[in-house]
Amino acid sequence: MRLITHNMLQCHVKGCTKDNFPLKLEEIEIEELEAEFNADFIKSMLNRLDWKALAQTTFSLGIAQLPEEMPEELSDEMLEQLHHILLEIDITSGRMVCQGCNHVYPIRNGIPNMLLTESEV
Amino acid sequence: MLPTPDLSHLTSQDYRNVYEPSEDTFLLLDSLEEDQEYIKQLKPKICLEIGSGSGCVITFLGQIVGKNSVYITTDINPEAAKITQKTGKQNNIKIDAINTDLVNGILPRLENSIDIICFNPPYVITESSDINSSLIAASWAGGIKGREVTDRVLPYIPKLLAPGGSFYLLLIQDNKPQEIVEIMESYNLKYQLIKKRKAGIEQQFVLKFTKPL
Ligand SMILES: C[S@@+](CC[C@H](N)C(=O)[O-])C[C@H]1O[C@@H](n2cnc3c(N)ncnc32)[C@H](O)[C@@H]1O
Ligand SMILES: [Zn+2]
Repeated sequence: MRLITHNMLQCHVKGCTKDNFPLKLEEIEIEELEAEFNADFIKSMLNRLDWKALAQTTFSLGIAQLPEEMPEELSDEMLEQLHHILLEIDITSGRMVCQGCNHVYPIRNGIPNMLLTESEV
Repeated sequence: MLPTPDLSHLTSQDYRNVYEPSEDTFLLLDSLEEDQEYIKQLKPKICLEIGSGSGCVITFLGQIVGKNSVYITTDINPEAAKITQKTGKQNNIKIDAINTDLVNGILPRLENSIDIICFNPPYVITESSDINSSLIAASWAGGIKGREVTDRVLPYIPKLLAPGGSFYLLLIQDNKPQEIVEIMESYNLKYQLIKKRKAGIEQQFVLKFTKPL
């Protein structure tokens, strides 16, 4: 799972409506990927991203220090950095913890497990 | 004709727990191919396959759309999620597979965000108790009218689709496609029949539902 996908996942435990996004990554293993850089693609993805969540996640992982709000204009350098963050960091194992209800979603073989048990749905 | 994805990395062992691409899968591939001009001009940013099984469909979609999109899949079967990711790798398409029930875990975050959604559901009429009775049963057992799994996901489709985006759904005659059309039209989605084919005694359809701009 790349960080772009992590940016799309949220807790869905019944009744968990506060602080259910982003899920906190813990004890993760990372594999670096190589993806072709395309500035237009990154630009076109911006309005589908949750910038604040991305900034928070990359900061807590010690990967990057993005501005808290999405800048109006993005420099080429920033676009390349975003490309790397979003598409070239693959989380192969670890877990995602909901900051609202503490539910743990494991990641194994690069695949997040978002399944809940009957009582949690 | 676009080549079908390379599945040579999969063995009969894999197909014991994961749905092997079949007539229905290929009808969905043919539908995407026939609709490829439309799909390309949409310039999809996020594509989703629900119940990806082997990953054949999303990989094919990736071959149509190209590198400039994010491909995510869901499957309730963890083995399918693994194999989907492998199939992407084998064909040079990066897929982020998620092990989940239908679209759980991406809403409301991805509201109005997905350009293309595909679903070849478990559509065979069975007892309700057969649904999810094993990993492989989950791939075909559809309960009442073969619709129990499909019906659960329908209300989420209009939420997830980006304006102008489309949902491709495979059904058989037993599923009463007309009823599904009525449900989706009640959500204000536009209906189009893309393909219809007989596979043995099974009449299969691919329906497309589009969210207005
Ligand atoms: C008919 S198979 C289609 C597989 C593949 N997409 C294809 O076309 O060959 C249905 C798939 O849906 C998955 N599935 C069944 N119920 C599901 C659910 N509730 N949530 C997610 N996936 C589900 C099954 O595990 C299976 O992989
Ligand atoms: Zn939660």
